[in-house]
Amino acid sequence: MSLIILLVVNWLATAGCYTLLATGFSLLFGVARVANFAHTALYMLTGFLIYTFTSILGYGLILSVLLAISSVIIVAISYYILVLNRIKEQPLAVMMVTFALALLIQDILLYIFHASLRGIEPFVQGYLEISGVRVSYQHIFTIIVSGVILFGLIALLAKTKLGKAIRAVAQDTEMATVMGINVGHILLITTSISAMLAGIAAAVILPLFSIEPYMWLNPLTIIIGAVVLGGLGSIKGSIFGALILSFAEVLVVTFIPEGGFLRGVASMLAMVAVLIFKPEGLFGVIFEEERL
Amino acid sequence: MYKFFLNNFYFFKLNILEVPWRMVIFICIILLAFIPLIANDYILRIFTFACLFAIYAASWDILGGYMGQLNMGHAAFFGVGAYITALCNVNLGLIPFISVLLGSLFAVATGLIVCLPALRLRGFYLALVTLAFPIVLNGVVMIFPNLTGGEMGISGLSRFADTPIDNFYLLFTIMLISVFTMWKFTDVQSRFIRTGVIMRAIREDEITARTSGINTTLYKVFAFAMSAFFAGLSGAIYAHMIRVAGPSSLSLTLSFNPIVWSIFGGISTIYGPVIGVFIIYPLIELLRLHAIGEQIRILIQALILIIVLLFMPMGLTTWIRDNIEVTCLRCKAINIFIKKSCRICGANLHLEKQEVRYHRTIS
Repeated sequence: MSLIILLVVNWLATAGCYTLLATGFSLLFGVARVANFAHTALYMLTGFLIYTFTSILGYGLILSVLLAISSVIIVAISYYILVLNRIKEQPLAVMMVTFALALLIQDILLYIFHASLRGIEPFVQGYLEISGVRVSYQHIFTIIVSGVILFGLIALLAKTKLGKAIRAVAQDTEMATVMGINVGHILLITTSISAMLAGIAAAVILPLFSIEPYMWLNPLTIIIGAVVLGGLGSIKGSIFGALILSFAEVLVVTFIPEGGFLRGVASMLAMVAVLIFKPEGLFGVIFEEERL
Repeated sequence: MYKFFLNNFYFFKLNILEVPWRMVIFICIILLAFIPLIANDYILRIFTFACLFAIYAASWDILGGYMGQLNMGHAAFFGVGAYITALCNVNLGLIPFISVLLGSLFAVATGLIVCLPALRLRGFYLALVTLAFPIVLNGVVMIFPNLTGGEMGISGLSRFADTPIDNFYLLFTIMLISVFTMWKFTDVQSRFIRTGVIMRAIREDEITARTSGINTTLYKVFAFAMSAFFAGLSGAIYAHMIRVAGPSSLSLTLSFNPIVWSIFGGISTIYGPVIGVFIIYPLIELLRLHAIGEQIRILIQALILIIVLLFMPMGLTTWIRDNIEVTCLRCKAINIFIKKSCRICGANLHLEKQEVRYHRTIS
């Protein structure tokens, strides 16, 4: 019983983080056709910014989280305008540039903070005891916040005028332009929403773990697996993909002795299997021009 | 299959020095051959590794450049070559020549396995699938620590050659032979080996290529096998050079480096990645000598990549070649830019500039 509670709490907390990251990645890919390998680097950057603002500069937690998320949005928008906007049409160039940006962020952080483990302080202290298992309030907070943010995102996309415009651009850019939607603005807004999701994920999940400059790689493989599993460009699909893969990760880490090494492997194998047998994913939109 | 061999393996025809760009490459090769006279052991070692990575980068260019199959996991072939040669050399006691050959053949087998999903996908999906393979192999390496040594890898491989100079000349020769073979197989203007034209046709429009009677699947498998062979060869030699085969030979950085070199040098021109390696790799390694350079070398590599992609989207060598070569308008022969008339038919080369001058004098 206690094991089940532990598993479920861990699963939901990890899944909260991965769903936020995967929906951000999927949103940007679906709307702008940009495979943003620097997405988890932004997540890492937010963690380090929060650390800087709270532990080094001594600001309050809420203020520093807001500052960190807004500066990450500024970073994302500026690299979108400066670099990605000019080479959007070449997929190889986009992948290489975003990967180079991720390496750049990693190296800058490595230069400033060195490769040591650090922690950021949690929003809420203390823990709850459920039938002998200590569940910290931060875990519960993470689960609630990520759920609320996800429902907010879905409501934004489904109900508001802005969400309608974003979906229109994702479906057909040229028709959206003809209908009077400012595609450039929509792409910028999508980029900032995606960066904001990465920032929020970092703010809620990172107090549970430690931060170090190489931590962007593992989540990246997992969210790519999740996004492909659910179907590229589909928000619902990436949420379910992240739920499934984070459950697999929690199982692997808990029950296999050397499980830490196998996290990425499970998601990558799932991705290859999905691409071979059901290429459109669980809920996916199939892009006809990318298949033979 | 029989017709495939008859069409493509006729014989090699040498026409190297007719055009300026080939002259430049010829001079570079001569200069490189004299490096051991002026360099110390450290620099020599850097250039030896540059020869090795030149094979690796050129092998990526066959797949990524000529076939248009974006392979984001090229380190899978490299790592398989390194691990198999290490296992053969340390556990079975084979001599380096045979273990290197075995390593590259196993890399070809890996290439054929990667082919299975890759033949059905393209673009972004293909990139994701190939990205997965080194990560999966890394997990496999970690699961069997008794066989593969886990984090530490397999150490104690035998040496290739005794002195650094021997090593350099050995690798230099291997590099020249492999790169020449790859270049010949992908040369579009070659008269006797048709794979270059066919590969380019498949990259530009696969359906049209298929309707004109080309067996596209066979050529894709061929490209994967050849690319995997040379990547495995470089991996196997690398393991013998550093005498360790570890998980670093399957790392993501190693998958992305050949792409960086190819993009810098010029994609789908075999010699472009080679020149990219010989410029970037020594630069990055020399930065290691400084305390600050050690920490910012990946940063500098990333900045170089971004700047090249923004200002020279086809790469350095293509940019230079476009500036030093002029194609004759009448007979389509390639001339150096300082010539006024074509070296074959004698037609005027700079016709457009003269017209502009003429208009200017009238107005």
